[in-house]
Amino acid sequence: MDVAFIIETIAKIVVILLIFSALAGLGTYFERKVLAFMQRRLGPMHVGPFGLLQVAADGIKLFTKEDIIPQNVVKPIFKIAPVITAATAFMAAAAIPFWPQFTVMGYTVHPIVADINVGILYVLGVMAIGLYGPLLGGMASANKWSLISAARSAAIFISYEVITGLSLLAPLMMVGSLSLVDINNYQVGGITHWIVWSQPVAFVLFWIAAFAETGRTPFHLVANDHEIIDGFGTEYSGMRWGLFFIGEYANMFFISFVIAIVFLGGFGDGTFAGAFQLILKVAFFFFFFLWTRAAWPDVRPDQLMWLCWKVLMPIAVLNVVVTGIVMMF
Amino acid sequence: MFEAIAFYLFAALTIVMFTITVMTSQALYAITAMAAGMIFISAFFFILGADFLGAIQIIVYTGAVMALYAFGMMFFDTTRNVVEKRTNPQIVFVLGVLAAVMVVAIFVAPIVSNNIQALYPIDAAIGNTQAIGMVLFTKYLVPFELAAVMLLVAMIGGIVLAGKKMDKSLTLMAEEDIGSMDDSIEPQAGGH
Repeated sequence: MDVAFIIETIAKIVVILLIFSALAGLGTYFERKVLAFMQRRLGPMHVGPFGLLQVAADGIKLFTKEDIIPQNVVKPIFKIAPVITAATAFMAAAAIPFWPQFTVMGYTVHPIVADINVGILYVLGVMAIGLYGPLLGGMASANKWSLISAARSAAIFISYEVITGLSLLAPLMMVGSLSLVDINNYQVGGITHWIVWSQPVAFVLFWIAAFAETGRTPFHLVANDHEIIDGFGTEYSGMRWGLFFIGEYANMFFISFVIAIVFLGGFGDGTFAGAFQLILKVAFFFFFFLWTRAAWPDVRPDQLMWLCWKVLMPIAVLNVVVTGIVMMF
Repeated sequence: MFEAIAFYLFAALTIVMFTITVMTSQALYAITAMAAGMIFISAFFFILGADFLGAIQIIVYTGAVMALYAFGMMFFDTTRNVVEKRTNPQIVFVLGVLAAVMVVAIFVAPIVSNNIQALYPIDAAIGNTQAIGMVLFTKYLVPFELAAVMLLVAMIGGIVLAGKKMDKSLTLMAEEDIGSMDDSIEPQAGGH
């Protein structure tokens, strides 16, 4: 293990952290603009050109707001919960290949922090830990609504993890590897080799589960808007609340990357065009998250559970069995 | 050198976390520390090159088992300290020391007698996920299937226990129907 490797890894971590923190901020701007246009409004317009600097204004507001720790909360847990959400979101990024490898001044850069051979498993596992942010935040808040919201979000996360895992199992059986780089290379032959054509059911299931895993509308029961509070985040203020937000948006970006790499060919053959296509695919999935928020209402918690256990899970299991039979014969 | 640093760091962290889990009287500290400890344990698997087991350790213990503990904790006030009833601290102390000595003896005995051999050493040609699959479906097939059957039994048992009146939805029922339903529910065993 030489010094160059350590420096390179640290540099990659810093770059990923900076880019995706900034993107999480910009994500809120995109969300407000997209929602505004779909609802025939203009969205943020006053700060900077087209309201672009609204992100900076919001950031300054969040950073300078008083950090209120209410009475009766369990202080250390209350303080650490938002950090868990944000940290796990970024930890998941360690195994995602964001771009194909490229050469700068004779030095080959692999835009992946840790190319472990169980990449997809690691990403799912770390995203699963993200559940502790809302859960501990809600339980430490000494607020009944926060607690109810925490219980609800924990139930949703755990249930939909089953769908994520089972739906991914079928494509993984075809590829025969858990590494995201291998999955990408499996589809290197171009658009006809994309896994989405051979595994359309798994693709749709994973996509649906992605909404539950990131807590987005129509599965936005993490912070149930009908209760006119912010779910587990009710007692939070300032940057601690902002960390929950950054975690949610970073998760949206990372899960978009995972969908694009596993089902839609990723960066393809590794040329610049392929890398650019990956960005486009991720942008589309991110846009879709915003689109559903404008177009659909939230479902009820019991409907969500019904959908998970009585519809999606049997389909996912059937999909795995059918894939196995087809592969065998 | 890095492996040594990583090992001692994560060993210390794991011990600190599980000490907090045992010593604290605040349930939320205990569950957070235990979840963190479980994650730190996965670091040892990664250090040893067992990537698959490391990821599985995170998913199963932190993602699933601990989350179920957390579910159980929803039903009491976690912001208050738990007052334990210690009737006989001496017995607890003696049993604790005995258990610790036994664990140390179990792990030290093969090292002292130089009797450790890797039955299935890491084969660089095949990945570690494949290696686990081969061992599971050849040598350990019977325990593996047995575990699967036991989990199935537990799952069916869980569904049967929880499934009573599952076809009725409280949200969709009229007020008086819910009232009449309460009368028919038998008092729970154990109760208060």
